[in-house]
Amino acid sequence: MHQLTLAEIARGLADKAFSAEELTRTLLARIQQLDPQINSFISVTEDLALDQARAADARRAGGETGALLGAPIAHKDLFCTQGVRTSCGSKMLDNFVSPYDATVVSKLAEAGMVTLGKTNMDEFAMGSANESSHYGAVKNPWNLEHVPGGSSGGSAAAVAARLLPATTGTDTGGSIRQPAALTNLTGLKPTYGRVSRWGMIAYASSLDQGGPLARTAEDCALLLQAMAGFDAKDSTSIDEPVPDYSAPLNASLQGLRIGLPKEYFGAGLDPRIADLIQASVKELEKLGAVVKQISLPNMQHAIPAYYVIAPAEASSNLSRFDGVRFGYRCEDPKDLTDLYKRSRGEGFGPEVQRRIMVGAYALSAGYYDAYYLQAQKIRRLIKNDFMAAFEEVDVILGPTTPNPAWKLGAKNSDPVAAYLEDVYTITANLAGLPGLSMPAGFVDGLPVGVQLLAPYFQEGRLLNVAHRYQQVTDWHTRAPTGF
Amino acid sequence: MQWEVVIGLEIHTQLATQSKIFSGSATTFGSEPNTQASLIDLGMPGVLPVLNEEAVRMACMFGLAIDAEIGEHNVFARKNYFYPDLPKGYQISQMELPIVGKGYLDIALEDGTVKRIGITRAHLEEDAGKSLHEDFSGATGIDLNRAGTPLLEIVSEPEMRSAKEAVAYVKAIHALVRYLGICDGNMAEGSLRCDCNVSIRPKGQVEFGTRCEIKNVNSFRFIEKAINTEVQRQIELIEDGGRVIQETRLYDPNKDETRSMRSKEEANDYRYFPDPDLLPVVIEPAFLDAIRATLPELPPQKRERFQSQFGLSAYDANVLASSREQADYFEQVVGVCGDAKLAANWVMVELGSLLNKLGLEIDQAPVSAAQLGGMLQRILDNTISGKIAKVVFEKMAAGEGDADQIIEAEGLKQVTDTGAIEKVLDEVLAANAEQVEQYRAADEAKRGKMFGFFVGQAMKASKGKANPQQVNQLLKSKLEG
Repeated sequence: MHQLTLAEIARGLADKAFSAEELTRTLLARIQQLDPQINSFISVTEDLALDQARAADARRAGGETGALLGAPIAHKDLFCTQGVRTSCGSKMLDNFVSPYDATVVSKLAEAGMVTLGKTNMDEFAMGSANESSHYGAVKNPWNLEHVPGGSSGGSAAAVAARLLPATTGTDTGGSIRQPAALTNLTGLKPTYGRVSRWGMIAYASSLDQGGPLARTAEDCALLLQAMAGFDAKDSTSIDEPVPDYSAPLNASLQGLRIGLPKEYFGAGLDPRIADLIQASVKELEKLGAVVKQISLPNMQHAIPAYYVIAPAEASSNLSRFDGVRFGYRCEDPKDLTDLYKRSRGEGFGPEVQRRIMVGAYALSAGYYDAYYLQAQKIRRLIKNDFMAAFEEVDVILGPTTPNPAWKLGAKNSDPVAAYLEDVYTITANLAGLPGLSMPAGFVDGLPVGVQLLAPYFQEGRLLNVAHRYQQVTDWHTRAPTGF
Repeated sequence: MQWEVVIGLEIHTQLATQSKIFSGSATTFGSEPNTQASLIDLGMPGVLPVLNEEAVRMACMFGLAIDAEIGEHNVFARKNYFYPDLPKGYQISQMELPIVGKGYLDIALEDGTVKRIGITRAHLEEDAGKSLHEDFSGATGIDLNRAGTPLLEIVSEPEMRSAKEAVAYVKAIHALVRYLGICDGNMAEGSLRCDCNVSIRPKGQVEFGTRCEIKNVNSFRFIEKAINTEVQRQIELIEDGGRVIQETRLYDPNKDETRSMRSKEEANDYRYFPDPDLLPVVIEPAFLDAIRATLPELPPQKRERFQSQFGLSAYDANVLASSREQADYFEQVVGVCGDAKLAANWVMVELGSLLNKLGLEIDQAPVSAAQLGGMLQRILDNTISGKIAKVVFEKMAAGEGDADQIIEAEGLKQVTDTGAIEKVLDEVLAANAEQVEQYRAADEAKRGKMFGFFVGQAMKASKGKANPQQVNQLLKSKLEG
């Protein structure tokens, strides 16, 4: 049962091949049995899951249908979940039980999904290896000595290990697409504003976007359908109708114009990955797509701009964790300053502290113009590059990451080396564009992802291309040994 | 040395919206601590602000009222600092692109002249909560009911030259926001708070001196005292060879002194940046037009109209126009009785002292404008004298009915029958024969003084009801016959 995709589960539940409760019990047992190897869950919500499963079975017995009714899900542990610890992977929120549900959580619950638990993540979503979690590193099911990517590393590893068919993640600089690539999954970062951020604990508000991780594009379409939509509680959510994402999955790719940015294939890219990307392009050409080389000239500025904007916003977003109202508070504070300093110094890990420091510096009087404003200008240039490119092509294709998953601890002493792994994914966040990563092969037994980018609100196009590709390839069906 | 005082003010007005600026919580004052604090006001992880359109509308009203440019594209920014009653660790405010740009307000000074004070800007922001230091030994309580209450911070140019001018300006702002209905103006509850920037310079010097900011002064009286005290401190400091340091100071009304709170060096770097959770606010011309159409007549225009239409003095016009309720009341009284000067006197003097005595606002007055106007009609048609009117007014205030009912029931109708008055006068003169002799023997100057005695006796004998003009006339002819 654990091998089933969401779409297959939907059919199984509809055909009464199994009940939601049976499925839930099976997966809970599997999590209990296998998760200790990969550490992908921070909390398993067994009681909640069984209650929701029984409720879903009752709804179905009452005549209700729905693709997600009774299907399992787990949320990245930064989606606030009422009555459940929502830790953000941090000691700071180890004791935080959310009093409310994030919009994503409530929408998926209304669709009848069964919440199995909360998945591990880099602390406050800061990282691309899932090694900065207070709850320990997550391991890549494809090789337990390697990282699964991050920051949605738990969400990715859990699906890759077939603990459940799909999870939610968030993507600020690649945190859905990069772990999806490193664990052989399909992961979608929607257009900024497509999925509500209400209840999604912020890292960098202008870049954060929630989205699905699953094995197939088809499953991502099912999940996005339920996650997307305007939310009056999020001022940055966009009031744009949600199309049917499943309907165009099989649309023909005849004449689809694919742009290959020359900057994506330069130095720094593992040549074996470059070959796999070219192979995926060939497959798409066989399906009727036409390929064109394009240029995104400002891409080289993306990482510096991102590492000013994201920490700047984070330094402010994380100010509320002050030991006063919720979360970690140091023992016996001497006075107010001591309360602040020690609560934050003891509650936040080193990567979070580093980014808060960088961000506070970038916003300081005298530096603001040189850093923050300059970064915002670069952001506009990057957006303009994409706008110009999408005049000529329908989707942009390239590698998701320059390298396959690296060994645990390999980049711990060099944060900048880790930052450089985000080089292909960050631009979509800076521009607010939708992006998808899908499996494209293996290097040394480790998965490789191909990234597709599309114009605003063209998630359907990304899913269509990925689905057609997955009809003619089988990379996405491969499972790691032992899972 | 002759010193010139330079004052600029920052006034925080709490906008009278039903709910907070970024959450749906109520803004009622004085509720149990933390009962009006939602997830958003508490700064819970994951929550997001949504702008209250009513706060924007009110800010625009103010902007139109001071003839300011409205920021068509205005932006909310985060002002970052740590404080226990600031739940998010930042205050959502406006920095570079405020909603209200440059404008002005004409204020009436005590001598009747009008001075134009420039307003630099006004921006929207959220109020913080309150730290409660009483009732908690060794700890501080936090009440977040106020957190997120919308504030409009109104920043003036440094164009006031005395504490009195500053107070006149604050009063004018106070009147204006109440006219507009965008702030209840309750200074005791903190609905309108004032930061005073004060500096001095030798008379004739163009450059400004170093300023000090006196934070959070909460009454008209304290504003005047705090500024005067601070000016005196600065003069003494400079004349003793010292220099003023730019700093934030607090006014202590008990000791009538200002004390240093923090110097510029200790000031926070607020690390302002545009709030990524809120999109820029774009104000459509149609939105402004709709607001413009609902703007009431404002104090400066009203003041001028009271002078030109009713012939009131500048002073009277200013007092009557100082609150919308009082101006409306006055105009209703004029509408009933038709005599503006009489109405102005009664509203300002008799009604004013009655309200003062009872501690009531004019909209709670026990005598309605219609009642007062009705009574003034009776003065004007000689039914009662001004003196009797005061008796009638008191009875109206006591709830004994309208003027006509009281005059009828108490028999206060003025006696205008010449025969009846003559009869009273004859009795008075007969009873005071000795004084009559003296009067007749006296010269013009002495007679003038003595005449009043007979008038008084006559009014007393008629129980105040005799028409005073007739009494004067008839008495004169009888005495000097």
